Amino acid sequence: MSLTSADFAAIWLTLKLASLTTVILLVIGTPIALWLSRTSSWLRGPIGAIVALPLVLPPTVIGFYLLLALGPHGFLGQFTQWLGLGTLTFSFTGLVIGSVTYSMPFVVQPLQNAFSAIGTRPLEVAATLRANPWDTFFSVILPLARPGFITAAILGFAHTVGEFGVVLMIGGNIPDKTRVVSVQIYDHVEALEYAQAHWLSGAMLVFSFLVLLALYSSRKTRAGWS
Amino acid sequence: MIDVRLKRTYPGFELDVDLQVPGRGVTALFGDSGSGKTTCLRCIAGLERAEQGFVQINDEIWQDSANGIFVPPHKRALGYVFQEASLFPHLSVLANLEFGLKRIAKSQRRVDINQATELLGIGHLLERHPQHLSGGERQRVGIARALLTSPRLLLMDEPLAALDSRRKSEILPYLQRLHDELDIPLLYVSHAQDEVARLADHLVLLRDGKALASGPIGETLARLDLPLAMGDDAGVIIEGQVSAYDATYQLLSLQLPATEMNIRVTHAPMAVGQTLRCKVHARDISLALNNDAASSILNRLPVTVISEQAADNSAHVLIRLDAGGTPLLARITRFSRDQLSVHPGQRLWAQIKAVAVLA
Repeated sequence: MSLTSADFAAIWLTLKLASLTTVILLVIGTPIALWLSRTSSWLRGPIGAIVALPLVLPPTVIGFYLLLALGPHGFLGQFTQWLGLGTLTFSFTGLVIGSVTYSMPFVVQPLQNAFSAIGTRPLEVAATLRANPWDTFFSVILPLARPGFITAAILGFAHTVGEFGVVLMIGGNIPDKTRVVSVQIYDHVEALEYAQAHWLSGAMLVFSFLVLLALYSSRKTRAGWS
Repeated sequence: MIDVRLKRTYPGFELDVDLQVPGRGVTALFGDSGSGKTTCLRCIAGLERAEQGFVQINDEIWQDSANGIFVPPHKRALGYVFQEASLFPHLSVLANLEFGLKRIAKSQRRVDINQATELLGIGHLLERHPQHLSGGERQRVGIARALLTSPRLLLMDEPLAALDSRRKSEILPYLQRLHDELDIPLLYVSHAQDEVARLADHLVLLRDGKALASGPIGETLARLDLPLAMGDDAGVIIEGQVSAYDATYQLLSLQLPATEMNIRVTHAPMAVGQTLRCKVHARDISLALNNDAASSILNRLPVTVISEQAADNSAHVLIRLDAGGTPLLARITRFSRDQLSVHPGQRLWAQIKAVAVLA
């Protein structure tokens, strides 16, 4: 008795979803975090709160609103239909959008902390050494915030792997498209296939522990550069 | 010529300066904390933007708010040394030095790595990382890094303030070498009179966001109308030219600028014609009606009394003297002033008890 091909398909789909979500989040989360760490605009509070909402909202609430927005009458659904893409509910793309929303704070907040910790002085130094703002981002901010990026990537990835409610709301349970590991475990339990559920849950447990172990071990050495 | 006019307002503070200082040599921006000297420097660098500003460094205009010109700091040919060296912690010393160097065109480079490392004595540190350097070493690397951008203007914001006195005296000679060997104008912010006395050619005195005075260091320090004349540290700077050396007594004769007069200081040999900067404190000058040769005091100069002013306490007065064109300050008791009936135009002998060599 071990993992079935359906289990492997769910694992593969989960890894694909988490990787894609993490990459997208790093790309869009970086400018948001940079802005949040530098701005003195009044919008800082509201935007920061919106980014942090998934931390407190039940995933079903986020899933519900996304379902409405992405559905045939929602504004995103209308837009994707206008583009000729149809609606994104119950599709892998829809799942990616949901995951990006749901895992946003787990990426933005470590990045924001890392950028704030750098302060303004290294940026001023770089400017007096003739580095333009883009140059400064790549040659000073990025390397100095590296621990923050590692933390953000790990948390974003791990949190996406662990997501369930949002997936169920907007993705449903379609093999190879939206049936991720957490949903597959749910199915096994519903069908009273406890042995199968054990295998997958055990794998998730080990995976999560290893991820957090890597994270907390790397934090210890974070202060030292050499 | 460095032409700087800045207006910048914060809640509870206003910087409003209009300065024209020489386009070469060291200009010190001197004042207490809160006098606006750092803000002034940051506005010149463009790190802060003065609401109304005009900044021209020799023939380059960096800001002219009347015409909507504001050159961003990374396009200004300046070198900036911060109070804390602020080296990049993720880069080695060499990579820190090269950071600015490789961002300027080869044709613009007038200082190379060898020259900069030799000048600041950091050749042996190149492979190290900033966290393995002492405070003094870090600051020397910071200065070299700024130099390597071949700046048209070097700005230093209290580069020694974060260091203890031993580290300070470790760096001061390097700063003096910069002054002597490189032809880059330097604006030097400081609240320490001893640093200013050693380094500066020109002094700008700031207080509450305004420039109280701006002029050559010798003249400005000898002005009685400035708060500089207050306090124990009051005195004048003399840049003397070596006229002779007496090896038997190890005495160096220094000719005072624009005079035939000499003062003598104990010093190691120096070649005739070289210059040496000294400070004569007002508290170290006493006045006599005639030239009393029977004394252990080495330096006695005929002087004319110019003016008098109250000193920092009511028991003393400050007397401004003229020694054949060189200004001197004497701090004497009010009692002595009345005993000698000191008055402007009077000819007296100044007895100089001590001359501090600033090198």
